[in-house]
Amino acid sequence: MASLVGSRVERKEDKKLLTGRGKYTADVNFVNQTFAYFVRSPHARAQIKKVDTTKAMKAPGVVSILTGADIANDKIGGLIAGWRIKSEDGSDMKVPAHPPLANDIVNYVGDHVAVVIADSLDEARNAAELVKVDYKILKAVVDTKSAMGSDQIYKDIPKNLCFDWLLGDRAKVKEAFEKADKIIKIDLINNRVIPNAMEPRAANADYNPSTEEITLYTTSQNPHLARIIISAFNGVAPENKLRVIAPDVGGGFGSKIYPYAEEVVCSWAAKKIERPVKWVADRTESFLSDCHGRDHVTHAELAVKNDGTFLGFKNETIANIGAYASVFGTVTPTYLFGPCATGVYKMPAAYTNVKAVFTNTAPVDAYRGAGRPEATYTIETLVEKAARELGMDPAEIRMKNFPTQFPFQQTLVHSVDSGDYVASLNKAMEVADYKGFEKRKRESANKGKLRGIGLCSYFEACGIAPSPVVMMLGCGIGLWESAEVRFNPTGNVTVFTGSHSHGQGHDTTFAQIAADQLGVPIENIEISHGDTDKGPFGYGTYGSRSLTVGGTAIVKACDKIIAKGKRVAAKMLEASVDDVEFSNGEFVVAKSNKKKTIGEIAFACYLPGTYGEVKSPLPEGEEPGLKETSFFDPANFSFPAGSHICEVEVDPDTGETKVVKYTAIDDFGTIINPLVVEGQVHGGIVQGIGQALYENCHYDETGQLVTASYMDYTMPRADNFPEFELGFTCTPATSNPLGTKGCGEAGAIASPPAVMNAVMNAIGTEISMPATAEKVWKACNQNKKKNSEAA
Amino acid sequence: MKTFNYHSAKDVKEASKLSSSSSAFLAGGMTTIPSIKLGLASYRDIIDIKGIKSLSGIKVSGKSIKIGATTKHVEVANSKDVKKAIPSLAVLAEGIGDPQVRNRGTIGGSIANNDPSADYPSACIALNAVIHTNSRKIEAEKFFKGMFETSLKSGEIIEAIEFSIPEKSNYQKYPNPASRYAVVGVYVAKHKSEVNVAVTGAKSCVYNDKDLAKALSSNFSSSAVDAVRISSSGMNSDIHASGEYRANMVKVFAKKAVEAC
Ligand SMILES: Cc1cc2nc3c(=O)[nH]c(=O)nc-3n(C[C@H](O)[C@H](O)[C@H](O)COP(=O)(O)OP(=O)(O)OC[C@H]3O[C@@H](n4cnc5c(N)ncnc54)[C@H](O)[C@@H]3O)c2cc1C
Repeated sequence: MASLVGSRVERKEDKKLLTGRGKYTADVNFVNQTFAYFVRSPHARAQIKKVDTTKAMKAPGVVSILTGADIANDKIGGLIAGWRIKSEDGSDMKVPAHPPLANDIVNYVGDHVAVVIADSLDEARNAAELVKVDYKILKAVVDTKSAMGSDQIYKDIPKNLCFDWLLGDRAKVKEAFEKADKIIKIDLINNRVIPNAMEPRAANADYNPSTEEITLYTTSQNPHLARIIISAFNGVAPENKLRVIAPDVGGGFGSKIYPYAEEVVCSWAAKKIERPVKWVADRTESFLSDCHGRDHVTHAELAVKNDGTFLGFKNETIANIGAYASVFGTVTPTYLFGPCATGVYKMPAAYTNVKAVFTNTAPVDAYRGAGRPEATYTIETLVEKAARELGMDPAEIRMKNFPTQFPFQQTLVHSVDSGDYVASLNKAMEVADYKGFEKRKRESANKGKLRGIGLCSYFEACGIAPSPVVMMLGCGIGLWESAEVRFNPTGNVTVFTGSHSHGQGHDTTFAQIAADQLGVPIENIEISHGDTDKGPFGYGTYGSRSLTVGGTAIVKACDKIIAKGKRVAAKMLEASVDDVEFSNGEFVVAKSNKKKTIGEIAFACYLPGTYGEVKSPLPEGEEPGLKETSFFDPANFSFPAGSHICEVEVDPDTGETKVVKYTAIDDFGTIINPLVVEGQVHGGIVQGIGQALYENCHYDETGQLVTASYMDYTMPRADNFPEFELGFTCTPATSNPLGTKGCGEAGAIASPPAVMNAVMNAIGTEISMPATAEKVWKACNQNKKKNSEAA
Repeated sequence: MKTFNYHSAKDVKEASKLSSSSSAFLAGGMTTIPSIKLGLASYRDIIDIKGIKSLSGIKVSGKSIKIGATTKHVEVANSKDVKKAIPSLAVLAEGIGDPQVRNRGTIGGSIANNDPSADYPSACIALNAVIHTNSRKIEAEKFFKGMFETSLKSGEIIEAIEFSIPEKSNYQKYPNPASRYAVVGVYVAKHKSEVNVAVTGAKSCVYNDKDLAKALSSNFSSSAVDAVRISSSGMNSDIHASGEYRANMVKVFAKKAVEAC
């Protein structure tokens, strides 16, 4: 059987998903179901003086209305910050209470005040309008940069400061800067974006009063995490009485890693009213209440020698984490951000200092790339600026500072096991025809357009992650992954994984791996995920971890199956175990033609007897059945890297910017399925270009979300992009047997700086994201003015 | 969504009779339905006029094109007659929203709604359109009264829009990158005895820029536009574009339109 790893197998799941036969949470309905509609705060910051539900309770169809007082009465716990960060001075981070329904204060527009449960959605929504909430409006804190000097939102949190964190060595950086020929400085805004998964969040909770069991269907990237949080922290039901099912999920990008207030409330309410409670977000609710991404204000400096050698780097960032500390809200701007701050370079000294601030905006959490895009945007625009100021070619300055020896001990944390940064940049320059740029620039100029080119060389740390390491750093959970490989008696296979697919193509990629390992045809392998009652505990999908961690667990479980198969085959073939070899789905006795297929072995394991005589195919003491579980905890993160090159054309009269050429060369180690990987890279690039040119979450000064619909929030569309030119280099990862590195986030990490460097190269002025037409036009105008004054 | 009564009118007379101060006609529904769903509007009666055959279709005569009110954007965009007689009008229709919107939205609904950033109103002004209703004919200049405001009376139904065929014309639009409505749209049309420069998106209502029109009437070239100063006063300013940017775009597009004519 030919190996499937490395081949472009078409996605098994697409037939279902593309023909409308996927089953999403909104498609799940129960008999006697009710509908929940949330009363949300229209104010960014207010005291709740009174919630009056009398009139609403009398509205037609209303079953129940629950408020923060009910949540408190029932002692339902608050939403949690999953990662504990310590400040530079050793003190613990400060986080406010976050009850699923607000009790006395609301802190962002969309914050949950009450839930109306009725027989139909329309009735619930109409009754919600009758809930009278008496607010005392307070002055909202919205702006990231000035948050520390603004009104204090929470009594116990001075300066609205969650933590003031440091990674690195200030003294060493100071020394390095003293030796510098030149110091390059940059001020950046990493704009806030709204995840916009195609499927809005949803929950449907069913309670069985006889068994006291809750079944919660929900849009989750991580159903086991949802179960443990809703059980252990919110206290809605014990883990054995809570089944969480994340069926087909239409995208998450990080925003569905953890449970929100709505899932907690629906589960709790279903138990209270003893009827199923269904909630499906409308698009406006998604804009308002999904956790947002990014939102950094950064000042960074790079100390260089005149020949372009980097000596030191510092990054001072204010990260807006919104109104509450969300589950991964505190790790995203720290351990996912800081360690990658120095990029792909040898950097003798560095530090990253992050002040995380609370504001009256939706909570900010992990969003595709989580921390690494912010880090990469900073270092890569700074390096490009250094090249300009030193009169060097941007490629040359990068090459000069790339490490060439691996493993490479990166400045701040990571020991990077493998990589070849020179190779990927060389390949990117070749594929992008870097040399031909000047000619293309002249051609654009003839059309009245300004053409710019921008580079980005990135590395990132993903495949999260070694549990002892992350727990030492404050993580409240482990980050290993599980797999169970279950042979059915007739020889086909179901693989249970603790990770979760919501667009990544696991049904295909994981099946390819298992097919190769077991020698079973791919069509005989089913991948099962998303149901806490089916597979073993797992940690879900995010941080480009599913393949390197979850895929490896599958390999390990297959190894165990094969080991058992060898023992059984030895008995059946009357040979010594050591003489049995396994390949292509067959157990063969060395130097003989005696063999058994893995299907025959599975059959024998499930039917261990022989007609007419007392005889078992199983060795003495061997258990029947053929099913193995493995839990894999990696020894290290994995470190994808690569170089992207973007070219843009700017119309100086209108400021409109078009990406006209885009090249991405990535090193993801071993590639299981290039088709799936290219899809992931396309999606990532598009999301990154979206952030660089179009997307922008805009709150006005009172904390109203102005971009709360697609009329105002610009999602990138297919006609915004050229064909992307993709290519790969490969240095296999050494931390997992597959040699894979993870590819889900790379595109979103590399593309914003590549695009912005291209824009700035075209117009010759520094501007921050998103480079909207008006912003670019203004910059072009200023240049014109400057030039005419100089002339 | 609040409940309402749904009527499917068989002819214009019935539709008009059913209408009241708390009713809306349902043409493409691309404005009405989202407004109801978002709770921005509620009606007691929704009067569907899509089934009225006489309201749909495109007819060309020597001097004008008459487009029925319920003709969809996609039909105008694809019409051979429109493409031949006034190509810029087909281009305008092609650039409205997205395929879903163009496959439902209608020309009558668009001008009845008179969104300040809609495309068709600029065509009406530039192409000296006459709006035919069930009771009268209205010149475009008198039809568009202000933001979301027209001279239509209660119960009055647009039956067709008649555009004069110009010597040359061109429409330039900077679409809102999010919604694809016009942040600024400039429709330049050169008729035998006059030039119109209709601007949409820039102010609270579509208008004919008299200064540009005058400059181009005496010298139909892009250099004539250079001499005209476009003030940003009265221009819309929002998160998508400042007044200053819109003023610039009016000028840039007027030039581009003239050059493309
Ligand atoms: C996502 C999106 C993007 C869009 N982008 C654009 C764009 O780029 N450019 C643009 O111009 N428009 C755009 N539109 C608006 C679109 O063109 C609508 O189709 C149009 O505004 C309304 O037309 P309709 O046929 O859908 O009208 P309806 O929604 O059915 O009706 C709108 C109003 O017009 C009245 N009405 C309808 N027909 C008549 C008639 N014959 N006589 C009297 N009154 C009538 C109704 O009573 C109602 O008040 C967009 C809409 C959406 C949803």
